[in-house]
Amino acid sequence: MRFAFEVSVSLKPGLADPQGQAVRGALAALGWSGVSRVRVGKHVWLEVEGDTVEAATAQVEEMARRLLSNPVIEDFRVTPGEVS
Amino acid sequence: MTEPRIGVITFPGSLDDRDALRAVELMGGTGVPLWHADRRLPEVDGLILPGGFSYGDYLRAGAIAARAPIMDAVRGFADGGGPVVGFCNGFQILCEAGLLPGALVRNGSMRFVCRPVHLRVETGRSALTAGLTPGEVVEVPVKHGEGRFVATDEQLRAIDDEGLVAFRYCDANGVTGEATPNGSTGDIAGVRSPAGNVVGLMPHPEHAVDPDVGPTGGQPLFGALFAASMSGIGA
Repeated sequence: MRFAFEVSVSLKPGLADPQGQAVRGALAALGWSGVSRVRVGKHVWLEVEGDTVEAATAQVEEMARRLLSNPVIEDFRVTPGEVS
Repeated sequence: MTEPRIGVITFPGSLDDRDALRAVELMGGTGVPLWHADRRLPEVDGLILPGGFSYGDYLRAGAIAARAPIMDAVRGFADGGGPVVGFCNGFQILCEAGLLPGALVRNGSMRFVCRPVHLRVETGRSALTAGLTPGEVVEVPVKHGEGRFVATDEQLRAIDDEGLVAFRYCDANGVTGEATPNGSTGDIAGVRSPAGNVVGLMPHPEHAVDPDVGPTGGQPLFGALFAASMSGIGA
């Protein structure tokens, strides 16, 4: 079976995000002055083979822990995605 | 003393591998070019992971290189006490590989910085500071967009308790605080492993060894690397 997943990777809450600040500045320049905070993260879509959705999910969570995110600076969330 | 043989690993996207090899030769060592896809190391006394943008810095700076085929051999060499040093992207790779604590993220200023900086040596017990005196100041360049050192609270406690900071950014007089180019926690420019044989720093000692083209603050660091490679880090 093929299963698809979305892995959302975000900087840990306490960590300053200069990229987000730059985006906020650019949004303000476009007139959206009411944006108080912006955090920029990453989004990884992947499709994996597996016998069950549980086994595939466990694999993807391991991938997220070992490569897709860096636990020193980032959190991640795995959610089911659409098989293309 | 025979010449130390220092391996320099080229990853796809490494930029400063040639400069690192040249610096090794200028300082009287033998540079040994190595390739990321190799699984074994030849006979070497020390290793340099050079700067650049390995694998295009895809995913995170150093993330893919840290999982390259050669890294198992690098880890084995480090576990056996061999000196392994990373400059800039090499530092990012060593952190991503878990050989050094912490991580390097985007500069607080949102700008790429490219200029000379001063570094204060914090310990004489590392493969880049063996024989140097804490408090000594050297001048070398930085050039990076993602050099802000951060770490978890637990890692920062270990860094403090075990004295793992190797270098801090400072001014010409060794004063920290105002001179940090990237917003690093505690003005940290470089850290070492508890045993001291693995060291990484964001600045580029390999660009600061030739008196014809600028400051020579990299020379004592290469001297320390050669000493550590031939006779260990010392007490």
